[in-house]
Amino acid sequence: MKYVYLDHAATSPLRPEARNAMEPFGDVVYANPSGSHKFAREARRAVDEARDVVASVIGCRPGEIVFTSGGTEGANSAILGTVRRRGGQAVCTASEHHAVLHCVEHVGGVVVPITKDGPVDPTVLRQVLADTENVSVVSVMAINNETGAINDIEQVSHAVRGRAEGAVLHTDAVQAACWTDLRSIWPHVDVLTLSAHKFGGPKGVGVMVVREGVTLEPLILGGGQERDRRSGTHNVAGIVGTAVALQVTDQHRDSEVARIRVLRDSLINGLTSRIPCAVPTLPSGQGSAGTAHVCLEGLESESLLYLLDTEGVCVSAASACASGAMEPSHVLEAMGLPASRIKGSLRFSLGHTTTQEDVVKAVDATVKAAERLLAAQK
Amino acid sequence: MKILVAMSGGVDSSAAALILKEQGHEVVGVTMRLWGGESDTGCCSVSDVDDARRVAQQVGVDHLVFNFSEDFNQHVVEPYVASHVAGTTPNPCIECNRHLKFDRLIERGRTLGFDAVATGHHARIVDFNGRTRLARGEDAQKDQSYVVHMLTGADLNYVLFPVGNMEKSEVRSEAARAGLRTASKPDSQDVCFIGSTIGRAGFLEPRLTFNAADVVDGDGKKVGEVPAVELVTLGQRRGLGLGGGDKRYVVAVDVPLRRVTVGDEAQLFVSETPVGSLVWPHVEDEEFVLSHDVLVQGSAHGERSLARLQKSTDGYSLKWARATRRIAPGQTVVFYDETDTVVLGGGIVTA
Repeated sequence: MKYVYLDHAATSPLRPEARNAMEPFGDVVYANPSGSHKFAREARRAVDEARDVVASVIGCRPGEIVFTSGGTEGANSAILGTVRRRGGQAVCTASEHHAVLHCVEHVGGVVVPITKDGPVDPTVLRQVLADTENVSVVSVMAINNETGAINDIEQVSHAVRGRAEGAVLHTDAVQAACWTDLRSIWPHVDVLTLSAHKFGGPKGVGVMVVREGVTLEPLILGGGQERDRRSGTHNVAGIVGTAVALQVTDQHRDSEVARIRVLRDSLINGLTSRIPCAVPTLPSGQGSAGTAHVCLEGLESESLLYLLDTEGVCVSAASACASGAMEPSHVLEAMGLPASRIKGSLRFSLGHTTTQEDVVKAVDATVKAAERLLAAQK
Repeated sequence: MKILVAMSGGVDSSAAALILKEQGHEVVGVTMRLWGGESDTGCCSVSDVDDARRVAQQVGVDHLVFNFSEDFNQHVVEPYVASHVAGTTPNPCIECNRHLKFDRLIERGRTLGFDAVATGHHARIVDFNGRTRLARGEDAQKDQSYVVHMLTGADLNYVLFPVGNMEKSEVRSEAARAGLRTASKPDSQDVCFIGSTIGRAGFLEPRLTFNAADVVDGDGKKVGEVPAVELVTLGQRRGLGLGGGDKRYVVAVDVPLRRVTVGDEAQLFVSETPVGSLVWPHVEDEEFVLSHDVLVQGSAHGERSLARLQKSTDGYSLKWARATRRIAPGQTVVFYDETDTVVLGGGIVTA
């Protein structure tokens, strides 16, 4: 069976350029980059070059880059690292990834409602910030991982600067790297976090960009390898793969966004025109180019996912808990969608390997699955 | 056949999946996520899901997780709490089997195109009087026909119990032979959504209001006190604050009046027990049971007593052949044929 992979927002396949670049860093250039011999210098050079590449794609200084273990560590470092350093209140939006939301809840922070269309309303954010004492960190994601809703980070920044002077503004840009020029986001925030495996890099590597002058309490103490902002032996192969994947993503971004947007629109149109109960989650034309989020009202995601899986179509619904069970989406709940729609949510997320054929197959399989479930209800 | 196997992460359902796979069926394992709250035991903890998934991998079948926690809360946990408020003694495992393992899972299995749903219960499906019926499992010690008695003939035509004709020791050795990590895992014991550290009272405390009650003797004289009438069960002997003396048992629990009556053991014996919510494997079975003596089991692995079901204007009651120890209201009674093998129906004690 030929499989259709439309779950890039969960993870995107490793780009071949990244895999090739990583290859020598296992048993050829294997030294610890913190050492002081020739082999160590070779490894160190690879990390330093990777840092330069990542900085150029983000538009920041190389010294502002901290390599982490992934997006979750980045979000934890930004929020907990700020609160542990300066105290104060943490604020985030209701649609944040759990990596952010659970940190803010953990420190008893404030969650800002979002609009029914997905993004946060900067006016509402401004109001919450005005009503909250001593805000030290604000976290607003660039692109939502479930729906693809886009927050206007420039507007968010104005709201934060106007109402919570001095607060650290963090953006979870994990879903943005493929679809948005990061150079347009970075000038507006203090901390930006990425996860390599979302843009064709390896799992277990992330990037946290911390604006010079902003100090976060490190979460991981030890050898101080990342200029005391994060400890642990450098994941040299991972860091190299991350830089290459990000560079390739950046080079092809404009053409990929245009190509994928067409596919995404045809996917949504195909689903909504052929399945009567399919409702697009975002208003037409809005949202990140890579995400097609629909709700099949009255049907159950679990059953849809199983039937799609048997047809070789890999997609997802909401986030899964530790047991692997689907949990009702907090994002869709925050948008105020009715339970009957939330239960039937499906996310198709597209990426660098997606073809027109994939989209056609996915639509056909979803139509078939929906028809089967609708027939069973009668 | 294409078979959906409910895998709890225990040895019985692990062996069920293994056996069906080895018989050449197309098998998919599924673990039902039932309880969203905290629990350290039972069939819904993350470590049990891990065990089920790993066994599925070892057996070579796909593994899914279905989140039925909303249904579980509605059909099992809420009625469990309500039952305590009403002063009755619930059986949540039976309600889970009734509403989740079978009702919901059978529906899901049919919808998704499976030919059968299998579980690791120790029960058998037999032909009796020309009809498909449920019978006790081969291993008398492990028989679970009592907790799955509600399956109708139609359900039984869609359900499989692959380990029902095996001794537990055989089940374990099959699992061990295949190197499954659950081969020597202990059987689950307690109510799955109640952690062993918090216990029943700790679970119920935030979910209902406990009311203290007087403990009185047959003459209405106060002899003690209990902090929560909701936790007292008919037939209970300990925890009544009575001190020493003769053995006294709870013979009546009156929640509205906040009164627990104690008496001697003889007062627990009755000649008749009212029952309701009757279920029949086949509609004709009601008539059969009303006209034949049946063996009645009133608790999991409990003793059987001979009785005849009677129907009157105000409902049904079991007329015992000999005075029988009372079964607490809320408990399930299951009717077996005279050989104590085949399930002919069941119901819930109403008073």
